[in-house]
Amino acid sequence: MRSAGDLIGISTRKRAEHGFDVERIRRDFPILHQSVFGKPLVYLDNAATTHKPRIVIETVSRFYERDNSNIHRGLHQLSERSTKAYEGARVKVQKFINAAEPREIIFVRGTTEAINLVARTYGRKQVDAGDEVLITEMEHHSNIVPWQMLCEEKNAILRVGPINDRGELLLEEFEKLMGPRTKLVAVVHLSNALGTINPVRRIVEMAHSRGIPVLIDGAQAVAHLTVDVRALGCDFYAFSGHKIYGPTGIGVLYGKAELLEEMPPYQGGGDMISSVTFEKTIYNKLPHKFEAGTPNIADAIGLGAAIGYLTGVGLDAVSAYESELLAHATETIGAIEGIRLIGTARKKASVLSFLIDGIHPHDIGTILDKEGIAIRAGHHCTQPLMKRFGVPATARATVSFYNTREEIDALAAGIRKVKKVFA
Amino acid sequence: MSDLDSVEELYQQVILDHNRTPRNFRKLEDADRSAEGHNPLCGDHLWVFVRMEGNRIGDITFYGAGCAISKASASMMTEAVKGKSRQEAEELFERFRRLVMGGDGGSLGKLAAFSGVSEFPVRVKCATLAWHTLRSALEGKEETVSTE
Repeated sequence: MRSAGDLIGISTRKRAEHGFDVERIRRDFPILHQSVFGKPLVYLDNAATTHKPRIVIETVSRFYERDNSNIHRGLHQLSERSTKAYEGARVKVQKFINAAEPREIIFVRGTTEAINLVARTYGRKQVDAGDEVLITEMEHHSNIVPWQMLCEEKNAILRVGPINDRGELLLEEFEKLMGPRTKLVAVVHLSNALGTINPVRRIVEMAHSRGIPVLIDGAQAVAHLTVDVRALGCDFYAFSGHKIYGPTGIGVLYGKAELLEEMPPYQGGGDMISSVTFEKTIYNKLPHKFEAGTPNIADAIGLGAAIGYLTGVGLDAVSAYESELLAHATETIGAIEGIRLIGTARKKASVLSFLIDGIHPHDIGTILDKEGIAIRAGHHCTQPLMKRFGVPATARATVSFYNTREEIDALAAGIRKVKKVFA
Repeated sequence: MSDLDSVEELYQQVILDHNRTPRNFRKLEDADRSAEGHNPLCGDHLWVFVRMEGNRIGDITFYGAGCAISKASASMMTEAVKGKSRQEAEELFERFRRLVMGGDGGSLGKLAAFSGVSEFPVRVKCATLAWHTLRSALEGKEETVSTE
């Protein structure tokens, strides 16, 4: 097996002064090397989706060129290769988040489907009239709406833990909301709109001391923080491939085996059965019970490659470098007159949400776009959170380890230009 | 056209002025029809209030929050359609829409300032939100003024 350094071509002899050779990293991402409106692309919309390193693109196309076949049933060589690669990707995911067994890794389309799966199976089985599901004020719509739908169907109650003005969860208040009727706690690990890192380990302890299982929405976290599901102790963990430098249309639900075993299937069909008669169907074992139909084989394998790449760079190095970038952005952008930062939690990653006095975020986004700078402007699928801060929208820059200090400076210059247009 | 030019073309002084100090920016107490306009994708949210005098728009105001383009468009729309018949307002909307889609809107007076929008396809919705809301107010007789 090649070492991590070989895998991504990082050499210890040629590193930038901050100990992280970002130029070397950037060479692995073909899309970054282009101009937009005559300006070098500055991509700061990484919370929406991340770009793909060459190894991911090549892995997916190599699969279609050499191995493409259906899995788990073919007797021929190509099917065997496809099955091996697909199941190999599952093992990569398992190791990446330190799950106990590969069968605890369910491939789904993305975080949204993972959460819906839990709501439709575990939720429907466990939640009855009068029961409660507990979330927080900073959840993405995908960790609100599935629970709302469940509560509506079951006549159950959705409880919402409040946050403070910095965008931090009020832990004591949150704990008070955990009651005898609470059947599940569902909480975001790293807020897409604020950047807040929630104390998920502590939350799991609180919930487990009352016998309540916990689902963590890890859509943003996995690309920026080291995630160890056994250290966290969580019961479910959900994330998307495309936010972690992998393909779109593939994601992961981690669930503790004993919970997954007890859950009814999500969808019926091929692959999820062990035998079918018109009288009775016996469901397949984990994880196949939850993977009805032909899965997204190629992109699962692509996700495996993305995880290999990211692990090669090293999450610790990524976290450290991105923290530096975020600190630089917070300092530089925060110092511009008329800027208000939304989300100033003491523990943060990647996200800089901001407002400019008197200028709507969409106008900021349009003008920055013409400068080649891609940010997000809007409510970030967190409308209740926007309401909490009394704003209709924010402008949001989100950094990745392929961004540079110079790009942050370009953003600051772009913001000054926005102010000039509106002066 | 250079890119800074296209930005300046979009954010013309008259648009920035109407964004800063929108005209007819209030709830209309004696409105006989109103409608709510919402662009859920980007969060622009406004209400249009109309008081008809016969077939003519006797008074029109708007209220809400949004980007400079949506706000200025609403403000300039209220000035443009006051005193016009429903049919005239509809016809003006059609020509305005042609303009922001990059076509020929004919003589639009001050509203011609929105020609720059056509360079920014994602902003067409912002420019037309108030107009759609006005149309809905004029059509929706069951709509009553909300005091919210």
